[in-house]
Amino acid sequence: MGDFCLINIDSLELSYGNSGFRLSIPQLKIDDAEKVAVIGPSGSGKTTLLRLISGIIVPQKGHVSIDGTIVSRLSDTQRRDYRITNIGFIFQDFELLDYLNVEDNILHPYRITQALKIDAQVRTRASELALELGIQNKMKRLTNTLSQGEKQRTAICRAMMISPKLVLADEATGNLDPSNKTKILDTLFRSADSNKATLIAVTHDHELLDRFDRVIDFKQYCEAEAV
Amino acid sequence: MIDSFYLAWRYIVFNRVKTITLVLCISLVSFLPFALKTLLNESEHQLMSRATTTPLLVGAKGNSLDLVMNSLYFSKEKPDFISMKAIEKIMDSYLALPIPLYTRFHARDYPIVGTTLDYFEFRKRTISTGRAFAMLGECVIGADVASRLNINVGDSILSSPENLFDLAGVYPLKMKVTGILDKTNSVDDKAVFVDLKTTWVIQGLGHGHQDVKTLKQSGDVLSRSEKSITTSAKIKQYTEINTANLESFHFHGDPSIYPLTSIIAVPQDEKSATILMGRYLSEQKNQQIVRPKQVIEDLLGNIFQIKEFIDAVVLIVAMAMVLAVFLIFSLSFRLRQKEIGTILHLGCSRSTVVKLIGAEILIIAMFSGMLCYSALLVLQHFQGEIVHKLFIS
Repeated sequence: MGDFCLINIDSLELSYGNSGFRLSIPQLKIDDAEKVAVIGPSGSGKTTLLRLISGIIVPQKGHVSIDGTIVSRLSDTQRRDYRITNIGFIFQDFELLDYLNVEDNILHPYRITQALKIDAQVRTRASELALELGIQNKMKRLTNTLSQGEKQRTAICRAMMISPKLVLADEATGNLDPSNKTKILDTLFRSADSNKATLIAVTHDHELLDRFDRVIDFKQYCEAEAV
Repeated sequence: MIDSFYLAWRYIVFNRVKTITLVLCISLVSFLPFALKTLLNESEHQLMSRATTTPLLVGAKGNSLDLVMNSLYFSKEKPDFISMKAIEKIMDSYLALPIPLYTRFHARDYPIVGTTLDYFEFRKRTISTGRAFAMLGECVIGADVASRLNINVGDSILSSPENLFDLAGVYPLKMKVTGILDKTNSVDDKAVFVDLKTTWVIQGLGHGHQDVKTLKQSGDVLSRSEKSITTSAKIKQYTEINTANLESFHFHGDPSIYPLTSIIAVPQDEKSATILMGRYLSEQKNQQIVRPKQVIEDLLGNIFQIKEFIDAVVLIVAMAMVLAVFLIFSLSFRLRQKEIGTILHLGCSRSTVVKLIGAEILIIAMFSGMLCYSALLVLQHFQGEIVHKLFIS
């Protein structure tokens, strides 16, 4: 672990009503530019961790701070603005909008908030990222005509547009064949490295774990009732 | 806000079939009440404007509405005929100026109106090109007849036979166009005006043929006496009246019993009108005198009763449509929960989501409004024709 800690989770507790799910993280620190894999059985709270860090949900106890900002103490609007301007989120199943073409999907965060503005520089960055990820000739195509790998690269492109200091990837290599998994992970690592960003990736692919700086097994933090 | 409209537009374009269906439904429901109102206003205007300027109408007893519609709008309803004696009766009363009308015949689907020149003066019709009819067989045509049939002064127009299969009937009369009326946006634009006697020629009450006194071929003359000459059917009948054959045209029978459809009676004053009406009520068993305005008001009363019913139906349909649209939107948003979730997860505020949805609704409403407005413009362009076909013809 390095000297500078980007993410600090302290005495965090979260439970979902009567479902029996309870997440408890006494202390978790993730360094700047560290690449962390989060593993664990289904329902252990891996996706919930990413949502807590990004401020989509707030813990009932404890707090999450990113680069000194206690995300869980920000107002709803502040958390949204913080997330869209600082965190690159790659969702499970890509979550691209099928009525927008690749370019519009990449620029989508800029169209839904006042905190970001589209200008010539942003458009140039979109083109450069698309070129870097090999989807530059698909920019005008609707996403439902893309292959899984192309969709994944579009999602990465969208996440990396804001040059985030923190990248959260929720099963970014899920549903991909082995060769595509490696390619996507290479792309993700390369993009994170170019931004000197911290990467937290939830994954089920144990063969990829040795490429990460650290692996966090989530079994230790979660209590879930057997169904 | 511009971005909201851009994203909404992309969504609408992607779901174009759903959007077009929605736009068509909303447009149709919006269009119906406006269209109905437009048509009824136009029908009221068309019917009333002519009825109010026609003080009294005399015709055969029967349906007063048929009499008014035929005499004022030259509709296809044919009231029973009256005779020329009715004209004499009004003239003798010194209470009103009688303007005869005989509207039995057609030329290429346009009514031939047999009347006198008083009609033009009474209706304040002016001739834009040419002159009024002066001779038997001449006609003045309305502006629409001239433009649609591409007829000019000096051209001719043929009267249409009443029955195509009546081979023994009278020949069509080729009428010379001497004038074209100024356009007035009334039924006069769509009529062919001739002298009353010309309509009787069309009917066969008057005709012109070769001079039988000078016939030499034995087959043409069946018998000859001091008082009369009987000819065969081979004798040449004239189907066109010109200065050369005008003298040969003559009428058979008693002109006082020649037919008319109706008489427009223009009384000297209200008192004369009342006296004239009283006389018809007390003396005439076979004729009626009506105030067209009253007849049309009764008709409009019925039409507006129907309108109220249609309005209620349209209102119910519109309410059902609003509910259906609401259901479509709510189902659509339910289906889009994942997409909305993604937008919110990216960092979009709820107010922006509302803006996005609002922009979609606004675009759909705008297109529906534009379509409805365009349809109304088209309707307004053709409202005269439509009203004429629906309520008058």
